[in-house]
Amino acid sequence: MSDYISTTLILLPFVGTALVAAAVLGVLAGVLGPLIVTRNMAFSVHGTSELALTGGAAALLAGINVGYGSLIGAVVAAVILGLLTRKVSEHDSVIGAVLAFGLGVGVLLLSFYEGNSANKFGLLIGQIASVDPGSLVLLVSAAVGVLVVLALIYRPLLFASVDAEVAAARGVPLRILSPVFAVLVGVATALGVQTVGSLLVLSLMITPAAAASRVTASPVVATVLSIVFAELAVLGGIVLSLVPGKPVSAFVTGISFLIYLICRLVGVLRARRIGSGRGMASAHLAPSRS
Amino acid sequence: MTTDALVDAAPVTAPAAALRMRGARLAYGSRVLWDGLDLDIRPGEFLAVLGPNGSGKTSMLRVLLGQQPLSAGEVSIAGSPPGKANAKIGYIPQQRSIDPNLTLRGRDLVGLGLDGHRWGLGLRGRAERRLRVAAALAEVGASDYADHPVGLLSGGEQQRLRVAQALVGDPQLLLCDEPLLSLDLAHQRVVSDLIDARRRAAGTAVLFVTHEINPVLPLVDRVLYLVNGRFRIGTPDEVMTSENLSELYRTPVDVLRVRGQIVVVGAHQESHHCADTTPSPEVRP
Repeated sequence: MSDYISTTLILLPFVGTALVAAAVLGVLAGVLGPLIVTRNMAFSVHGTSELALTGGAAALLAGINVGYGSLIGAVVAAVILGLLTRKVSEHDSVIGAVLAFGLGVGVLLLSFYEGNSANKFGLLIGQIASVDPGSLVLLVSAAVGVLVVLALIYRPLLFASVDAEVAAARGVPLRILSPVFAVLVGVATALGVQTVGSLLVLSLMITPAAAASRVTASPVVATVLSIVFAELAVLGGIVLSLVPGKPVSAFVTGISFLIYLICRLVGVLRARRIGSGRGMASAHLAPSRS
Repeated sequence: MTTDALVDAAPVTAPAAALRMRGARLAYGSRVLWDGLDLDIRPGEFLAVLGPNGSGKTSMLRVLLGQQPLSAGEVSIAGSPPGKANAKIGYIPQQRSIDPNLTLRGRDLVGLGLDGHRWGLGLRGRAERRLRVAAALAEVGASDYADHPVGLLSGGEQQRLRVAQALVGDPQLLLCDEPLLSLDLAHQRVVSDLIDARRRAAGTAVLFVTHEINPVLPLVDRVLYLVNGRFRIGTPDEVMTSENLSELYRTPVDVLRVRGQIVVVGAHQESHHCADTTPSPEVRP
């Protein structure tokens, strides 16, 4: 225990920056997550995160900030996916095709890079330890930008996500909202790639929201829970990873998956409760069933 | 107010039509869905749009929603061109299954009908919004399950919520796209009665697209019957005759009245064959 405290104290300056970055990312992932889950975009997030890696690899090779590289990569990916996908039914295949190609390009770019191999690995599993004040400014401003735009489009976006036909009938511009949201997700994904890495970005963007959707049907409560779960996973993951000195990602994904399992269990019990309540109500209405 | 031969004579001081079409034509290439269509729907009027598949019933809804431009003619909804009037329109779609895991309660579904089309978070006026949503839920008798996930509700319960969602914004025109499809008889009755009650109480005009008139026959003021570019407008008694439908379908059709219901014999097999042929636009009522 004293070991733990002393290690924590030594690492405090870096831990402070990392925790702030992680907390910002947690809010972003928590807010976007329920909409991503509702829109069935988990695979799209995965694809975008791999292409953020391609952008990061290109930046690494060019010697510029990897953060900008992955940001550009993810936004370009979001736009390409949006442009190529005309119908929902072809969404998965488009992502699969673009993702595979983009990842191939990323691998090729990394093979040209002759610097520190930890930098390469960092793109895959994250390097939250390396978040410097400059990256923090980029992270916070990008996150604020995403949240402001999201606040502006939140209601029409929710409407379009749960009920596209009626939303369109009421005048919600579906064609504008989809690509705008894809870009927001792209930006958030790129920021996630920086911290937890492209392989594990799903554990922050998807898992907390998927867990929340198991225990509540209210979009607002789901968003709040999703933020709480994402923060628990990312902050808890960082703190737990300090002493063993193992990758942050392993702990982040571990915590978020544990939360997911618990929520599934709670969800089963809840569905049973609602089901039995409704069963009783209809039995009450049914004629002469004593 | 100009009137069709079959339209009831409207009083001079009639309020502005909820829907007005003049010389409306919709064609895809050489395929004319309808042409020369003049139609006024008065506030509170219930108009059923009937016809076989491919006759342009759904396209008419798309035109009114501003999703499909007319090939010719004019249309206005409560005085506005289509596309500018969507906030004055309530829309009830077909019932179809909802993902049981969808994070949405009945209350949220109805709330989206009120302000889901507005930008921003809508943090002001939350209390009034809650009241209006609760009132709409109570109006359709859905208060008891308003907090359940919509995906776990029965089709009939979901469709009641759809009605509340369409009505909560106090629309001037209610567009219904086969809202009774796949509902059992009891729920068909409930849903059509809810629509009827609102148009009588609030003067909401109703345009009700359906392939089956009987569930709503007692409520229908007028029928617009579309077949392969030809159409008839009038009361059910005027339009639903063997002579009229035989002319529309260009084949002998018998219209029978059985226990207050209308049975059309001979039209349905033929309609599918006719749907692909180029109709003759010159035939009009």
